[in-house]
Order: sequence, then structure tokens, then C-alpha cells
Amino acid sequence: MQATIDFVRRYPLGAIGAAIMGLFVLTAIFAGTIAPFDPTATDAPASLARPGSVHLLGADFMGRDVFSRIVHGARISLAVGLCATALGCLIGVAIGLASGYLGGGFDLLVQRLIDILQSLPLLVMALVMAASLGPSLANTIVAIAIPLVPNVARIIRSNTLALREMPFVEAARAVGMSEVRIALRHVLPNTLAPLIVLATAQVGSAILVESALSFLGLGIPEPHPSWGRMLSESAAEYVRTAPWLVIYPGIAISLVVFGTNLLGDAVRDALDPRQRR
Amino acid sequence: MLVVENLQTRFYTRAGMVKAVDGVSFTLGRGETLAIVGESGCGKSVTALSLMRLVADPPGRIVGGSVRLEGTELLALDEAAMRRVRGKLVSMIFQEPMTSLNPVMTIGRQIGESLVLHEGLSRRAALARSVGLLQLVGIPEPAQRAREYPHQLSGGMRQRTMIAMALACRPRVLIADEPTSALDVTIQAQILELIGRLQRELGTAMIMITHDLGVVAETAERVIVMYAGRKVEEAAVGELFARPLHPYTRGLMNSIPRRAAVRLQEIPGMVPALSNLPPGCAFAPRCPQASAKCRAMEIPYEEKQPGHWAACLYA
Amino acid sequence: MSGYLIRRFFLMLVTLFGISVVIFVMLRLVPGNITDIIFDSAGFVNPKQKQRIERELGLDQPIVTQYARWIGGLARGDLGYAYVSEKPALQEIAPRIPVSAKLAGLALVFSTLFGVTLGVVSAVRQDSTLDYVLRVVSLSGLSLPSFWLGLLILMACVQWFGWIPIYRSTPESFWKELGLLALPAAAVGFRSSALVMRLTRSSMLEVLRQDYVRTARAKGAPERSVNYRHALGNALLPVVTIVGIEAAFLIGGLIVTETVFNIPGVARFLVEAIRWRDYPIVQNLVMFIALIVVLVNFIVDLLYVALDPRIKFGN
Repeated sequence: MQATIDFVRRYPLGAIGAAIMGLFVLTAIFAGTIAPFDPTATDAPASLARPGSVHLLGADFMGRDVFSRIVHGARISLAVGLCATALGCLIGVAIGLASGYLGGGFDLLVQRLIDILQSLPLLVMALVMAASLGPSLANTIVAIAIPLVPNVARIIRSNTLALREMPFVEAARAVGMSEVRIALRHVLPNTLAPLIVLATAQVGSAILVESALSFLGLGIPEPHPSWGRMLSESAAEYVRTAPWLVIYPGIAISLVVFGTNLLGDAVRDALDPRQRR
Repeated sequence: MLVVENLQTRFYTRAGMVKAVDGVSFTLGRGETLAIVGESGCGKSVTALSLMRLVADPPGRIVGGSVRLEGTELLALDEAAMRRVRGKLVSMIFQEPMTSLNPVMTIGRQIGESLVLHEGLSRRAALARSVGLLQLVGIPEPAQRAREYPHQLSGGMRQRTMIAMALACRPRVLIADEPTSALDVTIQAQILELIGRLQRELGTAMIMITHDLGVVAETAERVIVMYAGRKVEEAAVGELFARPLHPYTRGLMNSIPRRAAVRLQEIPGMVPALSNLPPGCAFAPRCPQASAKCRAMEIPYEEKQPGHWAACLYA
Repeated sequence: MSGYLIRRFFLMLVTLFGISVVIFVMLRLVPGNITDIIFDSAGFVNPKQKQRIERELGLDQPIVTQYARWIGGLARGDLGYAYVSEKPALQEIAPRIPVSAKLAGLALVFSTLFGVTLGVVSAVRQDSTLDYVLRVVSLSGLSLPSFWLGLLILMACVQWFGWIPIYRSTPESFWKELGLLALPAAAVGFRSSALVMRLTRSSMLEVLRQDYVRTARAKGAPERSVNYRHALGNALLPVVTIVGIEAAFLIGGLIVTETVFNIPGVARFLVEAIRWRDYPIVQNLVMFIALIVVLVNFIVDLLYVALDPRIKFGN
């Protein structure tokens, strides 16, 4: 409890970010209870209804309630973003750790692969992957996770390389610990801090990429509501007639990513060994 | 010429308020060399930075006292006027020549900058003078060197460059903050000799800040010993070495390795955290002679012998 | 040093080669190709026709052969034929490049100018209100989806100016075209400028902490000179690298912004080609994008070597 209070006082912006994230997570979990309408239920007479007492944030051209879609969209977007980041980090850590620790030919190969994959912008890679895998929830997660891997692997690898030379690793070896044990019990925990910083930074990117993919029609498919796809469906055509279709989903995306960025910045400052404000 | 009275500099940090310099006073005559000696954290560097008003504010601030250079009160000057003093009337050289020189500027330009700033020279004239200065500090092929960058020079040469930079405008006072601590022993001697020679030639007064008593013996005429932000002893150099009065000074002298195979005597304990000083004498926890009285009262700083001052009840 | 550059160049070629393999494989991960899409829209599958088309397009060959044909063609400057239009791929791609280049160029100029200036200002006035405002603004810039920003700009234009800035046909004059591209460039550039601003700020802060900045102040240099002549020169070096990172960032932004503003550029073409599984187009476009990114990074490396005297005049 005291630690939380300390955190809030020292990193007010981070606390705000955490609060925003918490809000969205709760919304995602209790989406069913919060949303007044079924997000996929069409209602022709209510098509393009303005924001009001019935449809809090208006309705789209098929009569679907925008608010409900945003609330359920939180579930999807957060799930995809978090899963993709987790998957990407998991794979990235495994590769980076192995590469940095084992060295040799394997390391060289991995280094080249990382260089190659980093030459492509995140969105381009995700696009190609999403397109080749086909539209589905799982595929979207994979399509976003894979492009995240090279960055994670690179950072973990350089950390591992630095840690490998440290005296306490040599000491562990001198006591007769096996390499695998050393890697898992000594090296890995020390890469945790930069990993956490990295992961929180990547969540924002993952969510943005997902929304871009869905916007382009290559991301989360029907019937799952996705903020990005909500924006593409409403693009240029309804800009004049139904601005609420454009404004609210975008605010949702921006707010979530803003929250992760705030939190990520605070986490980075908190874990930075140099500790200068 | 330089009169410092009751200088007080404090740092306001998250951990609390620290009295880094707590009532330090001294005078410096024309061409005189004064050494300020003490361990790390005793406040000697902060004193020097305070004289030049280079203390970062926040978190530090000069809260009291007076610094008068040839009659002018430096602490009362506005920033623009103080800038005209820095580099021109009072100069400083720092401990780490590598990081104290701008890596992307040629050394000729860095030296010339003071000349352009304070004497209104054109760039070309300043460069010519810089070459002359480089020669003065004993750097071979000065015209060539002036066009080079700091990383192309050795440690000793970089320090010579810093000296040239500091003395470019012939200041009245040169403050040298541990100028040789980062150098090899053989180079140390050369640099000290150079500083001494230039000082005499230009008639510059010098404040030599160091933790090394050997340097003190080489260069100083008078010495101040500092501990925990205050003066604890002050005397002419010969007098100090012959008759150190304060237990701390004696401890320092005992820790100098001597030729005889005598076991080095250390001063037990550590310098106290300045944010949490014990009452009474700050050195009492480590002092072999400390009594209850030492820990209870404010120790007066008195002239124990002519020209020799100390803050100790038993000196 | 030239050895270093030659090595980098060779590495660049290896990287490009690797990318070609990766992209080729990625596209064919899942069974199904353009013939499936064609027949999907037709509603039925005629196996004989499918086979014929596949043979025509060379899709029945083993993968390695297909790859060899493509790479061989690339080396000769022959990019193959688009599946959809059946025209030479080069003919499809080349005319779309200038628009994207102008858009990207504008965005780059916008983001670098804004990003660097605001980053420097923010660092110099660290912790002031302006600094906080700028930091929050830059953070929100990184949080906004660029396509949403584009949509908002469209909406604003429609609501307030009653005008849709959609790029229709090639306008007559060069400046008019740039004017039309200004808004989309702002949409793309906003995110990049946020990134540049943050990185410039932290680089500048890092430099301002250095010892040589203290030396400059000790010489009596005015704050403006300290910030802009001493600090900025050092802080800009990493900024050059940042521009390299920006290039990749920008391309992602181009993809969505060209779609929103209906600009007939290369990036929008990529999306269309992906939807149609028009492999030749997709492969070549991705290679093109990779080539740009790799080239930009190479140029950045060159620039870095040219600008940093520590590398240029290395010992």
C-alpha cells in the first residue's frame, strides 16, 4: 500500500497512465455488463442516430450502438495488444537470451536476421503477415507479435552479452552451476527490468498497429468489434454527416495508448539505474 | 585581493538540506598560493564553484557570506556582470580534462573563445594568440595542435590545454580543482611545475584544491584543511607540516606512505553524511582524542599559535 | 575508415538479399494465391482454368524456381508482371513513386524542423511549464493513430472550410501540389515530430549534464552560446541517427495516410496489392521500401562519420 502511495507521489503522470489502463481493463472485463446494447446487433431504423439518451455515443450506419461497440472493442483491442506483446516478448526473450548466451554461429545468424527484419517498418511487416495468414483473431495476434520480436531480441541479446561477462556469472560457474541454470536463474532476472520497460512501450505500438491493420481491412475481422475497423467503416463518407463515428473510436485508441505511454515512461524512470530526474 | 567571509552554500535535495559549505572564510593576496585540502565530500570543490557562482541552482544555493574580489562583491553581481568576471578575472581548471573539453570543437577555438568573449578579439586574432598560449604551456607544434580535437591529445596535453584556456585572459585568480588527480604520476609533476611557473610569470594568485598532501607541499604557501564543510585548521605550509594541530590533519599526514616500512595508519570510520551531522565537533566520531565535551559544544575556531588556526579543544 | 564503409555496404547487400528471401517466404506461408481470389469473386472454381492461369503466371513452379526467377529479374531491372493488371510491375510502380516521395519529403522536413526545435527548447527550459506542455503534447502525438489524425484533419476541413483536400489529379504547378500535400504531410509528420522531439530532448539533456558545458560556463560564456554553440553541436549527432529511425516510422504513416487522403502513391498501392495477393507488386514494393530504409541508414552512418570528429580523426 505504502509503495503504491510512493509511486503515485513520485510519478504522478505514471499514476494517471496506470489509472487509465485500469479503467480500460475493467471496461474490457465487464464489457457485457457495461454495454447497453449487443455490439453486433443491427437496428436499421436507428441508423446514424445522433449521440443522445438512447445511443450514448450515437449509432453507425447499420444502427449498431457506438458506445457498446467501443466498450466491447476495448476487450478485443486490449486482448490483441497484450497477447501480441506478450507473445512477441516471449519469443524475443528466448531468442535474445539464447543468442547472447550461446554466441558463435547461432548468434551471428540471429544478428543478421534481426538486422534484416528491422529494416522493415512495423506496419509493413504486420501487413504482409496479416495478409498472408488470413483474417482471424489469432492470426492478427501473430501478425503483430512477429514484427515485435526483432527489437526485443536485440535488446535482450545486448543485455545478456553484458551480463555474461559479469563477475557474479563467473562466480556461479566456478561453483559448478550448469550453463542453463546460470542463464535462467542469474542472467534472466537481471534482464527483467529493461524487459518490463520495453514491454510497456511495445503494448502501445501493438495496439496502434492493430488499429491500423483493422482500419485497412486486414486485421480483426467481423463480427468482432475493433476500434480500427470502426474507423474504416466510417471513413470519408460519413465524415460530414456523422462525425461521432470518427471521433469516439479514435479517442478510445488514443487514450489507451496514451495511458500505456505514460505508464511506460514512469516505469522506465523508476527502473533506470541512473536515477536522475 | 580576494576576501571570502563566512561563505555558506547549501544543497536542497529530496533527502534533506545539506550544508556543503558552512561558514568558510579566507583571504588571498596577490600572487599568493592557497591550498584547500580535505577528503572527498568535505566541501572544497563546492567552495571553489561557489566563488565562481557555478553552483547548479537548483539544487544548490549560496545562502550567505561575502566574496569580495578587489573590493567588488561578487555575490551581489547580476549574472551578466558575473559572466564578465568568469574567465577574465577568475578562472578555473577542472579535474577531468577529457570530459571538460568539448569533443567537437578544436582546442584552438576553445582556447580562443575566452579571448573573443572578454577581449573582443576577432576569431583569427584569437586563434593566433591561442597558438602562442599553447606554446607557453609547452605543447610542441602548437599551430598544428590548435586545429586538432581533444580526443587526439594525451591526458597531459589536455590538461595543458585547460591551463592555457584558463590563463588566456590573465586572470587575477586561478582556481585549480584537483588538476592532477586524473593524470599519471610523472605527468603530475610536469603539470604542477608548469602551473607554478606560469603563476609566477603572470602574477596570478592561485587556490589549489586537492586531497593530496604531496601536492600541497609542492605548491602551497598557505593551507586550509576542511572537514564536513568547515575549516578545521589553517597555517603556512611549513608550519602545518611541522606542527599539525588538529587530529584530522594529523590523521591525514599519518596516512601518507613513507619510505620506512611502517604500517599505514588510517583514519577509522567514514566522512559523515552532511545531511545528518552529529552535534558538536563533526570529526568527533573518528577522533582518538574526542571527549564528551567535544560532542556537546560548538568548537571555536581559534588562533592557537601565531598565524596558525585550528578548531579543536585539545590543540 | 573506407574499410568500414565497404564492410557496411556489403552488409547492406546481404541484408537486402535476406529481406528478399524473408518477404518471398512470408507471402507464401499460407496456401492460396491470386487465382483463389479471382475464383472466389466468380463464385466457383474451374480447375482447368485455374491450372492454366497458374501455369501462365508461373505459380506451378517450385518455390525456389519462382524465387530465382524473381531475383534474377531484379538484377536485370525486370520486376516481373503484375498479376492484376498484367502490365510490367515497374510500369505500375514507377509513376506512383514521385507523389509518395513528395509526401514523405514534406513530412520529413516538417517533423525534423518541429521536432528538433521543440526538443531543444524543451531541454533548455527543463521542468518549466513549457517543457511539461511540450512533453505531454509529444506523448499524445505518439499515442494518436496517424490515420485518425488524418481523418480528423479531413473532418475539420469539411466542417470549417467546406472543402475536401483530396488529391485528385496531378495539378499543374509544383507548388500547388505541395500545397495539397501539406495537410496529409502534417498528419504523417505529427507522429514523427513527436518522436524526434522526445529523442532530441533527451539527447540535449544528456549533453547539458556534461563537464565541458560547465567549462564553457566557467569561461564566462553567455547561456545562449552555451546552449547553442557548445551543447547543440554535440546533441545533434545522435539526432542524425534519429532521422534514420524516423524513415521507417514515416513509411508506416504513409501507408495509412495515403489511404485516408486517397493519394495515388506507392504506399496505398501496396495495400491494394496485398489485398489482391498480387505477389510481384507486393514483393517488389516491399523490397523497395526495405531498400529505402537501408539506404537511409547507410547515409546516416556516412553523415555520422563525417560530422563526428572523434570518428573522422580517429587515432
